[in-house]
Amino acid sequence: MITISGKSVFGGVSIGKILFYQRNDKVIKREHVDDVDAEWKRFQDAKDTAVDQLKGLYEKALEDVGEANAMIFEIHQMMLEDLDYLESIENIIRTQEVNAEYAVATTADNFAAMFSAMDDAYMQGRAADVKDVSERVLNILSGADTGIKEMNEPCIIAADDLAPSETVQLDKSKVLGFATMYGSSNSHTAILARTMNIPAVIGLGEDLKAEYNGKDAIIDGFTGTLYIEPDEETMKAMQEKRAKDLEQRALLEQLKGKENVTKSGQKINVYANIGNVSDLGAVLKNDAGGIGLFRSEFLYLENSDFPTEEQQFAVYKKVAESMAGKKVIIRTLDIGADKQVDYFGLDKEENPALGYRAIRICLTRPEIFKTQLRALYRAAVFGNISIMFPMIISVNEVKKIKEIIAEVKEELKSEGIPYKEDVELGIMIETPASVMVSRELAKEVDFFSVGTNDLTQYTLAIDRQNSKLDEFYDPHHPAVLRMIQMAAESAHAEGAWIGICGELGADLELTEEFLKMGLDELSVSPSMVLPLRNRIRQCE
Amino acid sequence: MKEFKYVITDPEGIHARPAGILVKQAAGYQSSVKIAKGEKSADAKRIFGVMGLGVKTGEEVTITVDGADEDTAAAELETFFKENL
Repeated sequence: MITISGKSVFGGVSIGKILFYQRNDKVIKREHVDDVDAEWKRFQDAKDTAVDQLKGLYEKALEDVGEANAMIFEIHQMMLEDLDYLESIENIIRTQEVNAEYAVATTADNFAAMFSAMDDAYMQGRAADVKDVSERVLNILSGADTGIKEMNEPCIIAADDLAPSETVQLDKSKVLGFATMYGSSNSHTAILARTMNIPAVIGLGEDLKAEYNGKDAIIDGFTGTLYIEPDEETMKAMQEKRAKDLEQRALLEQLKGKENVTKSGQKINVYANIGNVSDLGAVLKNDAGGIGLFRSEFLYLENSDFPTEEQQFAVYKKVAESMAGKKVIIRTLDIGADKQVDYFGLDKEENPALGYRAIRICLTRPEIFKTQLRALYRAAVFGNISIMFPMIISVNEVKKIKEIIAEVKEELKSEGIPYKEDVELGIMIETPASVMVSRELAKEVDFFSVGTNDLTQYTLAIDRQNSKLDEFYDPHHPAVLRMIQMAAESAHAEGAWIGICGELGADLELTEEFLKMGLDELSVSPSMVLPLRNRIRQCE
Repeated sequence: MKEFKYVITDPEGIHARPAGILVKQAAGYQSSVKIAKGEKSADAKRIFGVMGLGVKTGEEVTITVDGADEDTAAAELETFFKENL
């Protein structure tokens, strides 16, 4: 198996044989002509034919990729009829008494050089357009056939680079993907690939060789990888990735913009869980209604020292702004001896799951907690931020948290730093203790979010890392479900709302049950948002 | 001769597509239409010239219209810029 890395321009996986596209390499010769008028006429005829072809391509593209993307072929026509371009060609033919091919090639080089010299990556990319239209005229002048030969079976098109006209002329039903040695993500090929939903990888470089023609290959458009003659393991993994992607895309098409509502009209919010700023794209792409759990740990895990207030503020602000008014629930530091962060100086523990972790660290080391709270309250000005506290077992903890918050707000106020006064506050329900006192807790906070992973582990006294316990483990154990039910009743009795941000939230077998419990929100990984929406819409 | 100034608001500036529709629009008038950015000026009826200016968003261009239909042309072009660029 050969693995080549390039740049992804469109996600998706395609599997098939490579068709390596090679142009006839033409050598343009400078030849003397006697009858310059006839030569000029020969060029004009070729140009008119080219314009006609481009009109045809425009019509085809209009159908395939829409007006905005088809416009390029109209622009190509304009380029061919541009007076500067024509004057240059006529001038070369007449004054140098040379053949039309030479005049076109020289003019194309000059105009392409003008674009290449511009200080703008987009305009530099337009050099390829000039070459593309000129190539078309040259092919007509020399009588060469254009485009890619008939494809008998669907294949992955490989080439050094593809011109937009070459891309659009392809029989779309037979193109599995594009893999090119060169090209920029601003090229029309890249844009067309994205519009046509064809997985594409560009910039593979010289490692992509013509000798791979006819070989089996896989494009992983997500990672920008091309596999030649993939081994069995890779093939299997990629087939799964492909199936999952196709299913996801089909769902996406159908369900984007639709409500999370059951047949009888019950509504529930579906939010997404994220662990880093880089996940934001997936949240928006999958049409999540908000962020139900933003794990702030990465700020600490990726740092070699405590992240500063400014560092944290920048991240929270970015997330809040990106979500443009949609709810963003940020969970404060949830770290313990099982997640090693050296600079915290945590002692090794016999039983870290029941140890010095999360809110317990925050309440005993308020300087760490306060830095995070300051950043959160400041960032809340820029969007719809809610704050959530992990590992709560008692009302007293919540009262202490509120005291610290009051101090933080007082400090910000006296320093004249803008912050949001009323930020929605909630707690994680992940200990049996918090469920048992949930009624009292609900009086103190605006919302609950059930962390089902820990709640299950603590309720069943089963360590999920220990595979010997698998036969005792039941993810749908009635004890856990009753815990959730009880927390929901308490929340609603005190006017708080309740959601789930653990793995169970994405368990489609339980969706109906959660709806019956009257849960207000389910927060799941971004890729599960649409499958869950689908399930909700099937429920009565 | 008629003249107006306009600050480009299209985030992409005058890239290929807007250049194309501008050329199409300008070609519809008898009058000559010039577009200038700073010292550089181009015939607005020629796509290579317009694209070659490399006008970016936030930059000011000056449009000069000269000829028999300059009044209508200038008025229509000004509207055209506001709507498309």
